Amino acid sequence: MPAHRSIRDFDWLMLILVCAICALGVLQIFSATRDTRFAEAWWKQAVWILAGFIALWIGTLIDYHTLLGQAYVFYGLSVVTLAGTFVIGMTAFGSRRWIGTPSYHIQVSEFVKLVIVLLVARYLSELKGDQLELRDLLKLAGLVGLPMIMVMIEPDLGTALTFVPILAVGVFLAGFRWQYAVAILIIVAVAAPAAYYVVLKDYQRSRVVSFLDPSQDPKGSGYQVIQSKIAVGAGALWGRGVTKGTQTQGRFLPVSQKDFIFSAFAEEHGFVGVIVALGLYFLLLMQIVQNAQTASDKAGMHICMGVAALLLFHVLVNVGMVVGRMPVTGIPLPLMSSGGSNIVAMFLMLGLVNNVRLRRFVN
Amino acid sequence: MKLHIDREDEQDSANQLLRDDPKFAAPKIAFFQYLTVAVFLFLITGFWDLQIRNPEVYQERALENSVKSIPVLAPRGKILDRDGRVIVDNHSSFSLYLSRENLKMEHLRPIAEGLNLDYDSLVARVRRFQSRGAPQYQPIAIKEELTPGELAFVDSHKDANTFPELEVVHVQHRLYPHDGLAAHVIGYVGEVSEAELNTPEFARFHQGDVIGKDGIERQYNDILMGVDGQRRVEVDSFGNERHVLDDKEAVPGKNLQLTIDLDLQAVAELTLENRRGAVVALDPRTGEVLAMVSRPAFDPNLFAGRIRSKDWKELLDNPDHPLLNRAIQAQQAPGSTFKPIMALAGLETGAIDDNFRIGCGGGGTFYGRFFKCWGKHGSVGLHEGLVHSCDTFFYNVGNRLGIDRIAQYAEMVGYGHKTGIDLPHEAEGLVPSSKWKIRNFRERWYPSETISVAIGQGATTVTPLQMAAAIGGISVGGMWFQPHLVSEGARLLPARRAEVNLENIQKVISGMFGVVNEPGGTGGRARLPGIEVCGKTGTAQLASNDLLKGTSYGLTHKDNAWFVGFAPRENPEIVVAALFENGEHGQLAAPIVRDVLKAYFDKKARLAQPSPQIARVPTDLLQPPAALPATSAAVNQ
Repeated sequence: MPAHRSIRDFDWLMLILVCAICALGVLQIFSATRDTRFAEAWWKQAVWILAGFIALWIGTLIDYHTLLGQAYVFYGLSVVTLAGTFVIGMTAFGSRRWIGTPSYHIQVSEFVKLVIVLLVARYLSELKGDQLELRDLLKLAGLVGLPMIMVMIEPDLGTALTFVPILAVGVFLAGFRWQYAVAILIIVAVAAPAAYYVVLKDYQRSRVVSFLDPSQDPKGSGYQVIQSKIAVGAGALWGRGVTKGTQTQGRFLPVSQKDFIFSAFAEEHGFVGVIVALGLYFLLLMQIVQNAQTASDKAGMHICMGVAALLLFHVLVNVGMVVGRMPVTGIPLPLMSSGGSNIVAMFLMLGLVNNVRLRRFVN
Repeated sequence: MKLHIDREDEQDSANQLLRDDPKFAAPKIAFFQYLTVAVFLFLITGFWDLQIRNPEVYQERALENSVKSIPVLAPRGKILDRDGRVIVDNHSSFSLYLSRENLKMEHLRPIAEGLNLDYDSLVARVRRFQSRGAPQYQPIAIKEELTPGELAFVDSHKDANTFPELEVVHVQHRLYPHDGLAAHVIGYVGEVSEAELNTPEFARFHQGDVIGKDGIERQYNDILMGVDGQRRVEVDSFGNERHVLDDKEAVPGKNLQLTIDLDLQAVAELTLENRRGAVVALDPRTGEVLAMVSRPAFDPNLFAGRIRSKDWKELLDNPDHPLLNRAIQAQQAPGSTFKPIMALAGLETGAIDDNFRIGCGGGGTFYGRFFKCWGKHGSVGLHEGLVHSCDTFFYNVGNRLGIDRIAQYAEMVGYGHKTGIDLPHEAEGLVPSSKWKIRNFRERWYPSETISVAIGQGATTVTPLQMAAAIGGISVGGMWFQPHLVSEGARLLPARRAEVNLENIQKVISGMFGVVNEPGGTGGRARLPGIEVCGKTGTAQLASNDLLKGTSYGLTHKDNAWFVGFAPRENPEIVVAALFENGEHGQLAAPIVRDVLKAYFDKKARLAQPSPQIARVPTDLLQPPAALPATSAAVNQ
């Protein structure tokens, strides 16, 4: 029973917000990479964004129920592909995250996020009863935990952590006894110090240390935070102007077109620019949440909220890192940071949100 | 498709329907919205903190990051000889600086290790700059004449992550003649020292400035030294320049022309060889210094840098004192070269006249003591006295004159006072007088002491420059010009003209001509064919021979040899004084003066030759060799 879907139902506001954020991103990438060997990154990004719109179209076209039906297949494929990165993956920056050649490669974990969103939505929408049982929770945590651990040992802690909010928000929405929440908090509180010494690698530990006290490690990630804060602060109210920020242009900012793009943006556009950009993200989030509220079924709501949770987490961790309020985890700012896999995966997810919106009227 | 079936099943139960209704989660979604608002507020306060509350702190740090001050060093002016030939030049090299905007003390150790510098002295140097004197952002020079290896080290370590304070600066380094040619005249440059900065002369300089330390370099520092500029540039995190923010160009120092004639200077240096001593050649008509040599010399290149090398200590410890400019600083008894002045004094005061003669039997007794002459000269008048340098004759002249009249004439020719030459640290020598003795020894002058003063011994001391100037003044008829090394723009004292009888001067000059040109004259070795050379030898004892006899000092410390000569006899153009320390006899100093005089007149003759000769040379060369005379003749005809 194909629903009548009009072009008017398409989420034009979301699309406009996405375009605006992407435009700011491309502009900032252009400014940050001018005169560097990444100088062509801005138009590559533009090409990726075009590819993203196709991805968004595809994500919209196929009924999300169909996709949910295949969630376990996607999940299985994800686990196999992640395992594959260990075998045929490409190593860069000391980490095996990519499949492909140095010039054409994809970061598998970016797409796994999407699969986790679908998986959580499918799992939680199939549950009977109005509260999540501990058994169900552990099962779901196990399902999410497997790829998460695989990503973690790539190693890519930041991306692995992005799976957590999807799960957390899903579980929260599904209903959960507060006693369990307390129990989990206690476990985390106990396990965290242990994990700090056992699970985390040296560089990750140093990131934690330098987050707590950047001046301890002025060369490594502490250096990055210090430089980022200098860049942001130097931007002041109105910013120093496009291509005028010395922190960005002098490349004192590390990876200013990727993880620290918002720092470069804040330097060159100032507090006013920051408010505008964060405002756009905020509106985008609210629009996604609104689509969750109007979804025709629980699965649709979970998809939208999963995407929203993921996006919020990214913004919180990335932008928080830029102002020194979050540790350096190396996760990109969605829609602004340069990087193909991230852009396409994000657009696919927005496509799913749009998908849910278009099918919000139950016939 | 299972999902669809599920959904159809769910239609059955109202409970199912309620549970599947997404509105069921509305309050939780609202909570998520509040969470989102909280997150954004949290982030915005972060930006508020950095960008609105105290952006100045970060703006300043961004500036520190990206702005570097690079010194643009003004090259010093070149030093030229009287013909415009370069004596002191500059050469390009690279120096390493620490820029102080982003200097971190903990970087000093690895930097010192990477460049083979002494860590402690590096730290001391940096501290010195930080403590005082230097302007806030003036960079610190830490190494000069960088080798390619050191340049590579700097290049690979100057990024923001390693040692952003490293900065290589292109500098013009002083290049002196390596054999020490005219080293004492020129002096040398060096970095202004802490102690010097506390003196009024150097107070206007800054820590790290390279200034003239001695000689012409010091005397004319203000002309030679330019004004350093500074470039403020924006750099990237790799230490590469991106923009020039501010470019204050350096004003190069001006060139300075000396009166020194390189040809003469070179000859004088060569003739003195490695002997300890000095040669000064002046133009008596103007006071221009044509050559000034002091030996042993040193290599001023050792000091050319900002950072003084350890060779400095070696030079200070050398028993021959190579840093001493003997031409203006050696104060030695003039010995018999004092006799022409005695003769002039005797004639001028009327103490003696043309008929005054004495008999020399190898000395004379004055005030109960026998004073030896170096020979037995028989009947001696003024002329013979000078030609044969008879001590007995001048003992008598001195005895007649008395010490104060001797002093009066010695001071008239310039002894006992600085000549005022444009070099630092000139010595003034000593002219003893009764006043001098009372002032310094609270004792009256005994007439017996006058006797040895009459032959240039006793307390009398002069410098080679004073001697050249004194005799030069006599040679031009009693006009003493202030000796100087720079004519252009120089503020010279007016020539001192003495009220002397020119006839008396002619008599003295005639005696000096005889010294060189008459048989038995003591200065025969200074004779030059075709040139009327006048002169006077001097053999000055270092101390009274009586005291030294038999002591080891007497054996090792031989007499100083002097010769002072000028030419030509009429209208003299050049006067040369040579001191040959421990040279035993003035005869040995005479050839030095002769060679300098010869060089002067040879050059003059060469320049006077008509130039067409030179124009003919190419045609001669183009002619086929002698083997083909017939053809060439044919062609010519």
